[in-house]
Amino acid sequence: MTSPILATEGLTVRFGGHVAVDAVSCAFQTGELTAIVGPNGAGKTTYFNLISGQIPASAGRVLLRGRDLSGQSVSQRTRAGIGRAFQLTNLFPNLSVLENVRLVVQSNAGQGMNLWSMASRHAELTEAAEAILTRVRLIGNRDQTVSELSHGNQRKLEVALLIALDPAVYMFDEPTAGMSVDEAPVVLDLIAELKEQRDRTILLVEHKMDVIRTLADRIIVLHNGALAADGDPATVMASDVVQEAYMGRELEDV
Amino acid sequence: MIKAVLSGDMPRSVVLASILGLILFCLALAPFLFPGVRTVDTAARICVFVVLVASYDLLLGYGGIVSFAHTMFFGIGAYGVALASTHLGRGFDALAGGALAGAGVAAALAFVIGLFSLRVRAIFFAMITLAVASAVAVLVSQLSGLTGGEDGLTFQTPRELGPAFKFGDELFGVKLNGKLLSYYLVFTGSLILFLLMLRVVNSPFGRVLQAIRENDFRAEAIGYRVVRYRVAATCLSAAVAALAGSLYAIWLRYVGPDTTLSMEIMIDILLMVVIGGMGTMYGAVIGATVLVLAQNYLQNLMGAAGSAIEGLPVLPQLLDADRWLLWLGVLFILSVYFFPTGIVGRLRRS
Repeated sequence: MTSPILATEGLTVRFGGHVAVDAVSCAFQTGELTAIVGPNGAGKTTYFNLISGQIPASAGRVLLRGRDLSGQSVSQRTRAGIGRAFQLTNLFPNLSVLENVRLVVQSNAGQGMNLWSMASRHAELTEAAEAILTRVRLIGNRDQTVSELSHGNQRKLEVALLIALDPAVYMFDEPTAGMSVDEAPVVLDLIAELKEQRDRTILLVEHKMDVIRTLADRIIVLHNGALAADGDPATVMASDVVQEAYMGRELEDV
Repeated sequence: MIKAVLSGDMPRSVVLASILGLILFCLALAPFLFPGVRTVDTAARICVFVVLVASYDLLLGYGGIVSFAHTMFFGIGAYGVALASTHLGRGFDALAGGALAGAGVAAALAFVIGLFSLRVRAIFFAMITLAVASAVAVLVSQLSGLTGGEDGLTFQTPRELGPAFKFGDELFGVKLNGKLLSYYLVFTGSLILFLLMLRVVNSPFGRVLQAIRENDFRAEAIGYRVVRYRVAATCLSAAVAALAGSLYAIWLRYVGPDTTLSMEIMIDILLMVVIGGMGTMYGAVIGATVLVLAQNYLQNLMGAAGSAIEGLPVLPQLLDADRWLLWLGVLFILSVYFFPTGIVGRLRRS
């Protein structure tokens, strides 16, 4: 086994007396898509927040390519290769769809501190952003203001920003939450495409079991903040404990 | 060509473009169109305030950062020129040196304030700037040996910028003297500074500032170091405000706490940004023009209106020239109510 691209070692966070994430140690390989499941409040999003740096860990470490990320800010981790799409849509509401994506492309191009050239003249940034919009099928909404977009399209844009960032580690937090049956496949196809590339690591928090079954190479289960199960989908889903305690009814209709 | 000068940020409204064109035309030819000490003084004040308000818009409208220290930076630039001219003699080198030193000090001070307070919540920055600005204002009035205290400093600018210097006879009935040159120095300086800021807000850096204003959390998560951008914007805005202060000092040949450091000017700046339209740059032009004109001429206008309707009940008292501040307040409330996005925002929408 090659050395993992991302690993958490005893990662823990406490809020007062409550342990939200409890000593989670887990390693992720390049090219692997790991689904993270567990009941509401199990600490899935908090686990993401610890990895991407939104909240500091009480104990434990996050390692990217073997390098300790403790004390690094969100933007430093982003530039190091950890990218994140959010569960609650988190965009730039009064800017256009194109501008949202272009900001990400511009960040990757390291052009942020450029005070002199005209942003609109950077054709290469605009073209790259348009290419992303075409992939997520938002090109038709290119010049719309984000706050005017439908919920489904905002979710797509949320994913588009992460795809534009193109980090080594993709973290999707319920990417299809609240999307209609027609819209969700667009996003899921994109994730499948990324997985096919086999050079990206994908962490996916998802509730829909059919999605997990088609996409995941591996499942980890969080319960009360602790790692409750870890393994290939068939094994994890078949384990009685997991089925009864954490999947509950969702598995019954499978 | 025009597109390049305006950094691709066109007015995007025929009415707005016409108003801006008219303002530019009037300011460019003010000494010839409106000869008179007071009118030219008003025009120079508009030029300076356009730059001052635009630099504040860079901070508030683009960066979403509230500061109460903008007059402090304005004052630092003005005092820089005054002190340099007082101690180094009346020369252009003293003016340039004073202006650059003022801009440097302003940027350095902004850097320190920003570094200490912008890491935390934005409201903290607003409070710190209020405290520092008040402290500096007290300091300036107390250090009377250096700053002239409450009386301020009267100083001499180069002879070429004074009314005694004549370089010709008359043109269209306007005396060709140093005061005219002084006006064009202020006008040209303001125009260049304004166009530079227009450039900055339309650069990739400007886009990042807008992103941070919209959602600093996400801006950080797509790889931008938010603190760095906020501090950079604060320094830039402070330096430009200081340069505007220098131009104002050169024009007045005087600095004092009331003309550059007072809280009243800070409130004027806020009003101008809001009336003109935040985050548009052109709003600074319109806001500054409207408010400076109102401050200078509303009183006269009302005096005229009051005497015109003499004899009617109540109305003459309401329109009495002494009530001009009340009407200015009413105008402000109405404009915020009807144009929440400012005059520029309203014009661009229709």
